Amino acid sequence: MAMTTATAISVQRRPHWWQQRTLSRFLRHRLALIGLIVIVTLTLACVFGPYLLPHDELTVDLRARFSPPLTDDFYLGTDPLGRDITSRLLMAGRISLLVGFSVMLISTAFGTLIGVIAGYFRGWTGVVLMRIVDAFLAFPSIFLVLVLSAFVKPSPFMITVIIALTCWMEIARIVEAEIRSLRERDFTVAARLAGASARWIMFRELVPNAMGPIIVAATLTIANAILLEAYISFLGYGIQPPLPSWGNMLNSAQQYLTNAPWLAIVPGITITLAVTSFNFIGDGLRDALDSRSDLQ
Amino acid sequence: MGRYLIGRLGQSVVVLFLVSLIGFMILNLAPGGPLSQFALTPGMSQADIQRLAVQMGLDRPLIVQYIDWLGRLLRGDWGESFRDGRPVLAIIVEHLWATLLLMGTSMAISIVVGTLVGIAGAIRRYSIFDYLATVGAMVALSIPTFWFGLVAIYLFALKLAWLPAGNMITIGDGSVLDYLHHLVMPALVLALVNVAIWSRYMRSSTLDVLHQDFVRTARAKGLPRYRVLVHHIVRNALLPMITLGGLQLPTILGGALVAETVFTWPGMGRLFLDSIGYSDYPVVMGILMLSAIFVLLGNLLADLLVALADPRVRLA
Repeated sequence: MAMTTATAISVQRRPHWWQQRTLSRFLRHRLALIGLIVIVTLTLACVFGPYLLPHDELTVDLRARFSPPLTDDFYLGTDPLGRDITSRLLMAGRISLLVGFSVMLISTAFGTLIGVIAGYFRGWTGVVLMRIVDAFLAFPSIFLVLVLSAFVKPSPFMITVIIALTCWMEIARIVEAEIRSLRERDFTVAARLAGASARWIMFRELVPNAMGPIIVAATLTIANAILLEAYISFLGYGIQPPLPSWGNMLNSAQQYLTNAPWLAIVPGITITLAVTSFNFIGDGLRDALDSRSDLQ
Repeated sequence: MGRYLIGRLGQSVVVLFLVSLIGFMILNLAPGGPLSQFALTPGMSQADIQRLAVQMGLDRPLIVQYIDWLGRLLRGDWGESFRDGRPVLAIIVEHLWATLLLMGTSMAISIVVGTLVGIAGAIRRYSIFDYLATVGAMVALSIPTFWFGLVAIYLFALKLAWLPAGNMITIGDGSVLDYLHHLVMPALVLALVNVAIWSRYMRSSTLDVLHQDFVRTARAKGLPRYRVLVHHIVRNALLPMITLGGLQLPTILGGALVAETVFTWPGMGRLFLDSIGYSDYPVVMGILMLSAIFVLLGNLLADLLVALADPRVRLA
């Protein structure tokens, strides 16, 4: 009797095709895949594209100023100096993507180092390090980046260092939390009993086991770094002309918004596309690397 | 409760001390130190600069300078602007309320919209709405705020002419309606990112609560669906959102700076950028310190509210 009631309750309307979890997971991963394809294509275009285009990114052609997209062989139009936007966009991509990747490498390495030390040596070392992380997190990152970039000569290298300086805290936090739980696990205790040094345990035992969250955070850091570079270059404190970056291409766009909206639209869409792709990849990696994500 | 409070307060004081140390270091990091500004002034000799350094106490050891600077900071003396010699704190306070108006409006919009979208997504998990909200939030997080502002200006101010392209008031007007008219676009543009963040967290927070025992009990008692939703699920799901609100403060402040630039909104962010342009370091430092204090106080307040609302935190 009880059995039949239970069966009766469990009979539900069959879920529609879009309600099935497998499908939604597949879709999310497909987005990550699309993101990866976009990034690879964009990178290849930025590396090889400029050699194939009819105009280079610095040639000024005052007769062709403000040409809208698809004028002659200016596929995406020209800027206020008559420079070809297509080739500027691709050359800018080299800088912006390079800054993004470099920031990711520097801040992930630094953040992981701080996080591992803080998580492994609890007590005063850990407390002091994590309070420093908190202190850096209290400044809105764009404020900090702007102040620092106003002080230094804004070369692409310095911009990278400055952005990295404001991007390592999140990773340090994630790694610290991860290490704190890993250091109590049996394999760590076993390594310690076997006489392994603290350095060995930290970098050979703990860090490899925390690699999943680190990779995810690193991917999202690229997205963040590209956005930050765009912000400060737009405001005029980032990559300096004539070197193009996606941010500084937008620098003069507001001025000519009425008559030449493509100046704003083309780089803006490219930034959004690149950042969205990295965010999708990060999200896909999170699903792939973290078995718990299935429950969420 | 008292013990928790004191511990939390002590932590904030330590962080605040570190914040001041970072701030002081940045100020002295300026090439040539805080006096580099005067080195550019024509007719200023090396001897003049030396004399100024002695006069301003910059020849003393750094640690002495730091203690002196911190002491004056605590007493409310934040220095004078290089630009017009007025007290830094007064200049900042003048611009502060415009920023607070913009941030407050935008935060209110994003909390309401984000919460609703998050709840709807959690209840109808894996529906088309949930899927679109998820993807939409991810795209919204990736759009540069200033660019979204430019697009909005192009569409709604230049093409459709529905809304003004910038500034806070029309000169000669300044009625409440005029303020609102100018506020709509920057507040909505600034809200976009926060709606995205808020809805994601609200969704997962609601999902966490949805399958807990007390919700099942409430349903089993035969309570109406909306009652379970509002009184049991949403109330509990909102708790972690208080903490999130505190943690989002730096992002919102940073976003306000960018939005103020695009929409020529006369707030703290604009003042910050102008001051950087003029190498007006006392004002720059003042804003940097104030925003950090603001963020720390916000986090502290959020933790307090959670402790007040959730007895479990006090015991932990």
